[in-house]
Amino acid sequence: MDDGLSQQPRYFLPRQSFQSLIDQLTLQGFGCVGPVVRDAAIVFDQLRSVSELPQGTRDRQEPGYYRLENSESPRWFSWANGPQALKPYLFPSREVLWEGSVDEDGSLSFKERITEPQPLAVLGVRACDLAALAIHDAHFLNGPSPDAHYARRREQLFLVAVHCSHPASTCFCVSTGDGPAPTCGYDMALAELDEGFIIDAGSERGKRILDQLPLVEVSAEQLDQAGRELDAAQKAQTRELPDGPLNRILFQNLDHPRWDDVAERCLACGNCTSVCPTCFCASENDVPSLDGLTSEHSREWSSCFTEGHSFISGQAIRPDIRTRYRQWLTHKLGSWIDQYGRSGCVGCGRCIAWCPVGIDLTEEVGAICKDASHD
Amino acid sequence: MDTSPPGIKPRLAVHKFASCDGCQLTFLNMGETLLQLADMVELVHFAEAGPVAPDADVDIAFIEGSVTTEHDLERIRQIRSHSGFIVAFGACATAGGIQALRNFADAAEWVSAVYASPEYIDSLATSTPMSDHITVDLEIWGCPPNRDQVLGAIRAWLYGTLPAQSQDKVCMECKRQQAVCVLVARGMPCMGPVTQTGCGALCPSFGRGCYSCYGPAEALNTDSLCGWFEGLGLLPADITRQFRHVSNSAPQFRDAAANIIATDAGHGH
Amino acid sequence: MTDSTPSQSASVSPQSPSGNLRMPMVAEVIDRIQESDRIFTLRLRLRNPEQRRNYRFAPGQFNMLYLHGVGEVAISVASDPDEPEILGHTVRAIGRVTEAMNRLDVGSQIGLRGPYGQSWPLLQAEGADVLVVTGGIGCAPTVGVINYVLMRRQRYGRLTIIQGVKHAQDLIWRERYDYWRTFPNTQVLVAADHGGPLWPFHVGPVTEVFDDAAIDSEGTTVMMCGPEGMMIAGTRDLIERGVPEQRIYLSMERNMQCAVGHCGHCQFGSQFLCRQGPIFKYSDIKPLLGMEGF
Repeated sequence: MDDGLSQQPRYFLPRQSFQSLIDQLTLQGFGCVGPVVRDAAIVFDQLRSVSELPQGTRDRQEPGYYRLENSESPRWFSWANGPQALKPYLFPSREVLWEGSVDEDGSLSFKERITEPQPLAVLGVRACDLAALAIHDAHFLNGPSPDAHYARRREQLFLVAVHCSHPASTCFCVSTGDGPAPTCGYDMALAELDEGFIIDAGSERGKRILDQLPLVEVSAEQLDQAGRELDAAQKAQTRELPDGPLNRILFQNLDHPRWDDVAERCLACGNCTSVCPTCFCASENDVPSLDGLTSEHSREWSSCFTEGHSFISGQAIRPDIRTRYRQWLTHKLGSWIDQYGRSGCVGCGRCIAWCPVGIDLTEEVGAICKDASHD
Repeated sequence: MDTSPPGIKPRLAVHKFASCDGCQLTFLNMGETLLQLADMVELVHFAEAGPVAPDADVDIAFIEGSVTTEHDLERIRQIRSHSGFIVAFGACATAGGIQALRNFADAAEWVSAVYASPEYIDSLATSTPMSDHITVDLEIWGCPPNRDQVLGAIRAWLYGTLPAQSQDKVCMECKRQQAVCVLVARGMPCMGPVTQTGCGALCPSFGRGCYSCYGPAEALNTDSLCGWFEGLGLLPADITRQFRHVSNSAPQFRDAAANIIATDAGHGH
Repeated sequence: MTDSTPSQSASVSPQSPSGNLRMPMVAEVIDRIQESDRIFTLRLRLRNPEQRRNYRFAPGQFNMLYLHGVGEVAISVASDPDEPEILGHTVRAIGRVTEAMNRLDVGSQIGLRGPYGQSWPLLQAEGADVLVVTGGIGCAPTVGVINYVLMRRQRYGRLTIIQGVKHAQDLIWRERYDYWRTFPNTQVLVAADHGGPLWPFHVGPVTEVFDDAAIDSEGTTVMMCGPEGMMIAGTRDLIERGVPEQRIYLSMERNMQCAVGHCGHCQFGSQFLCRQGPIFKYSDIKPLLGMEGF
């Protein structure tokens, strides 16, 4: 069995004991967030009780389409990712970085605005999002100037991963090599079965929590069942990225007619970049108080689909939708490889489902590669 | 810009044209902040709040409403000549407002249908934004604009600059708010992808579609959105109505609606 | 994008005397020079003596200047790196922030964080000829280089300064060109796409005056700054004349917000202008240079 299950000692947490995991995490000082149904989607929100989990909830996802359905299943995690990733918890959509103040005599001073985040445990993280987190770690932390805001939240983060047994039609993590089983980067991982969870620890912190849980032995049949479900989840994925090297092929096809074609459909609304777990663009702006004495300098999620993104000296480098879509795709799937050593796509499929007009990046890149000439 | 000598407060006016007064309420609803503002500037003319001096010279004037009568035309030119910096604020002042629907109809016929004595009504056949008639220094879109935009504009003007205005689409803000997309998750028509931000994605975060009260954003693709609406089962008349709302006479929306009507007619309806 | 190795042109790695690259320091405008209607130079001094002592930069690097309540803007440091206590910034008033900065008076305080980015290869260029090619209006990033070489004239070979402008009336600092001419082994050539009455210099694209410059193709380091079209034409021409690609350096410009490689606005292929740039070795950016939309 070639999956994440084989790496750590495994135990079984019966379904009726799952609340003890939430309780233990809470006891250790973590605020818990997990999947809940809100506004017709599965989103992460505060979690106190297992009764808040989306029992039997299934999702149906297609390009530009997301619907929830109910089933009789006792399971809490039998769905594929909703619109949110871990991104908002580490890289909030808006945050104040510093504040400038000016005295009556015109002298200026600056104060850093950095908050002490509460330790946070996220339950139900998928393999694609762990892969995306590793990318964001590389972006925000491994450089000459690590981001203090991101770093503080990251240190406090406890991750309970869940094997993906029900990929959506929009998922393609098998093709990017990032799922469906979480293999590293988690504190604890769960494989859900009807009667409970095969559970293993991925870190010392995870092990300490694990030791406090009412675990039982895992049976060979249970391991077998989880393995079969994982296998089925892999086979269920139909979308894929074309064979690379995409960093070469895309940049050798910057004049491909498909860019014009997609520009006729794309709304340049930025939804794909907002739901993308690896997109990191943020614009910075200053909001002064009415008296003008203080001003907050903050950053907020931005997108290469906006005019402001490439605006300089009175004009935009990317004035039209064609160049903006091309910028996004060539970076995400192409130059990202040169920049971070891997593709910027983890196969979560969010950009496909949450595009208001159902543009499918696998289809777009496929069309470009299909008749692409490259060396 | 603020060139007043030290100690003398800049003079501010708020003028009303054809409108519902909602934009002026943006000022009145500021609460304590309005008192702070009144300390910083002299409210010279603001009929709804008290002071009346429509012809006074001011440093900065906020204009609410659209031009719908001959008298409006005369008045706005007067105001221009008395005002240093003019801010057209709200959908009426920037795009003609909901009353600009008359631009697509026979205005005289509507007047005779609505009023018992139409001969007392003396109005233009169109409702038009301020920028059609005078030089406007700053436009703040929205129905109504929010207070932060208005205060931000005043603050920037006092600094001697323009406020940073985002041309992002409502979708950007909707996602920042972590609201779930009503178009994708519920199949509701939503104008977010073609509408400029500013409202804080108010409607989508309450589970309803954006109706574009902040007007068109930049880099629009109305054709694509209309095509998707059609796929959701909307009839051409429904889609036209999406564009013929409070920003109906903004050129991009006016053209989008005209396009749908023309295409529909071409299909033999 | 196949070559992901950033050019190793910096002699100074990013470090801020504030200890935090994200936080502005307080600087005072100690002098301002109105170069033209829309171009002005602010000479700034950090208020905190310790920060002032610790601040070091290399020509080509830039600072983020902050105008209270209005915003930040990336401006290259145009003054001499051996006098880091007074930092010269030449600014073109073209946007919201820079237009407001154009009204700053001496004594005003602004925010300053930096320095950021890679510098011109001034150490590597020692002993060789230096060709500075600039286009557009003023082109502040190269003024620092020119002054740097002139102040250390004996360390470099022949210095050739070529300035191209669109219209004759765009040429500011005309006296400065005359002054530069007075230095030994220094040649100054000026060209305008559109001349005019009394225009004493060349009329035509900047590449045409390369003929008048005695370029030692093997032993010259080229530093170029200006509109991308001009830099591409200039680079092509110089390569045809035998100048090796890896000795041609270009200064690029893109939207900058964070300046520390996080915000994504200055993405250029696989590089961030604020970190791997703004000064690039031509060979590092060749594939995308001049490609519309990047």
